[in-house]
Amino acid sequence: MLKSSVDRVAEATPRAIANRMHGLSDRALAWLFVGPSIVLLLAVNIFPLIWTIRLSFTNFRVNRPNAEVEFVGLKNYLNILSDRDIWLTMQATAHFLIWTIVLQVLIGFTLAYLINKKFRGNDLWTTIIVLPMMLSPAVVGNFWTFLYQPQIGLFNYAVGFLTGADPSSFSMIGDVSLAPWAIVIVDTWMWTPFVMLICLAGLRSIPGSIYEAAECDRASKWRQFWTITIPLVLPFLMLAVLFRGIENFKMFDLVVQLTGGGPGSITELTSINLKREAFEKWRTGYASAYAVILFVTVFGLASIYVKALNKVKQR
Amino acid sequence: MSSYSVTEPSPRQKWAAGILVIGYALITILPLVWIITTSFKSPSDAIAYPPKTFFTPTVEGYVNVFTTRTRLSPEQLQALGEPTTWYDKLVRKDGLVISGPSRFAERFTNSVIIGFGSTVLCIVLGTAAAYAFSRFKVPLKDDLLFFILSTRMMPPIAVAIPIFLMFRSLGLSDTHAGMILLYTAVNLSLSVWLLKGFIDEIPIEYEEAALIDGYTRFQAFYKVVLPQAATGIASTAIFCLIFAWNEYAFAVLLTSGNAQTAPPFIPTIIGVSGQDWPAVAAGATLFLVPVMVFTILLRKHLLRGITFGAVRK
Repeated sequence: MLKSSVDRVAEATPRAIANRMHGLSDRALAWLFVGPSIVLLLAVNIFPLIWTIRLSFTNFRVNRPNAEVEFVGLKNYLNILSDRDIWLTMQATAHFLIWTIVLQVLIGFTLAYLINKKFRGNDLWTTIIVLPMMLSPAVVGNFWTFLYQPQIGLFNYAVGFLTGADPSSFSMIGDVSLAPWAIVIVDTWMWTPFVMLICLAGLRSIPGSIYEAAECDRASKWRQFWTITIPLVLPFLMLAVLFRGIENFKMFDLVVQLTGGGPGSITELTSINLKREAFEKWRTGYASAYAVILFVTVFGLASIYVKALNKVKQR
Repeated sequence: MSSYSVTEPSPRQKWAAGILVIGYALITILPLVWIITTSFKSPSDAIAYPPKTFFTPTVEGYVNVFTTRTRLSPEQLQALGEPTTWYDKLVRKDGLVISGPSRFAERFTNSVIIGFGSTVLCIVLGTAAAYAFSRFKVPLKDDLLFFILSTRMMPPIAVAIPIFLMFRSLGLSDTHAGMILLYTAVNLSLSVWLLKGFIDEIPIEYEEAALIDGYTRFQAFYKVVLPQAATGIASTAIFCLIFAWNEYAFAVLLTSGNAQTAPPFIPTIIGVSGQDWPAVAAGATLFLVPVMVFTILLRKHLLRGITFGAVRK
């Protein structure tokens, strides 16, 4: 698909421009410019993908290079789909995905709406809010385990201060019932600004004249909000949800550093589970099948979602 | 727009909005402030209850993150004589002695080499490809968007298995070259996409004029298009750099001794007796502050990169 695109590029270039060239022809230039990128993408993205698919039908194990590699057909896939633990990690992922998206959309949109009131200094404060998302999730996640320490942690202290609870009476990353929320809180803290920025771009793209017209028609502010603001921001909001959804489906670094999947396996998201299968148990073939299933899931969900998004955009 | 415009929020609304947003900003920045302040605390201040806001600053954390230390008995310390340097003196009062440099400086250097190396490569390849896609008619615009999106849907762990095998057979595992190539490939989709957007905005007439003046297409590219796209290239570069700087999953799986970057290293910092939080915070501060400064200085250019080029000015 990609190779042919270069050919098409070269063919589509008008002969007139090509003739004007001294030295390299446009066709050669197109190859020269696009070629290296395509080679690299094929080598590091597409080739590994094909290799993963091939491995997924075998019982290959990296730590036993001399063992005979057998073709096992769909066995890996069937094992994964009937594995109860994997469904549990899927549930953990779904919990994480749904709550982070809900919270980030609510908080992110509210912030964008408020910032769009253009109070003095909104630029500076927007930048400060954006800071967490620019930082290394692994390093920040690791530090959050300190904030979450019972007794000495700042988070526990703040909760204790506000609610009167004893700060050493609960452990956000040690309690089975709290750990799923611990990762939701940190992810929301980190990525709300992303949703906020996209919403802000959406809000700023609405021409003021629409509101002026609505004002002339004596539409109430409430009505204007629901019939102008929300529908016009919706495509942007859906885009933000798409990006966050994909990112959090692959979530690895932040949660590994925060909880490591624990306690037990209560916050073991699919990526962490996959890493365990591939790089701790070294079940390479099995893990490859797992990776393919994940990829197909994201790809499928995202395609359906993009279709819906395009419908909203066209309205 | 006149100040009487109906779309202009009232002063009271502005006040309320401002207070709410500033309140959120102050809460959200607290963990970051805490990282920085903890890095200047002594270990006992760091784990004090209630958490200390005011404390005597010390650079112990910074000394600890750059060194390894051993605990000696008072007699052994006595035998060593007076400490010769200020940092020696600092650890001596805890009954410790500096036994050598830690690997932090090395990991930090690796982050710099791999970050800048992959950014340069990514920008060179990305600009060329973006130019070709922008100027030579491509009948693939929407497909391209989805293709780019799809290369980013793969969890890094999922592609890590074959890349691990591939790197091992090519002798690239745990090398700078391997990591630079890998990060370049991961960033390439973003950079092509962003740069194409920037180049699209440069009027094609400029180049046509140059071509008529007898420039070759290649000359027109680097004498006309590149200077015009400089801002776009710079902000794309910042994005590639920040991504490579922050990346953890590939780094932890594919590097161990030689080419390991700082993100997998910082969480492993432990003191002589238990987790040394000021040292962790010091490492994190040194690692995070450059990014914070960049973000604040370049805030006007970052929005487009954050939103993957999906939102234009």
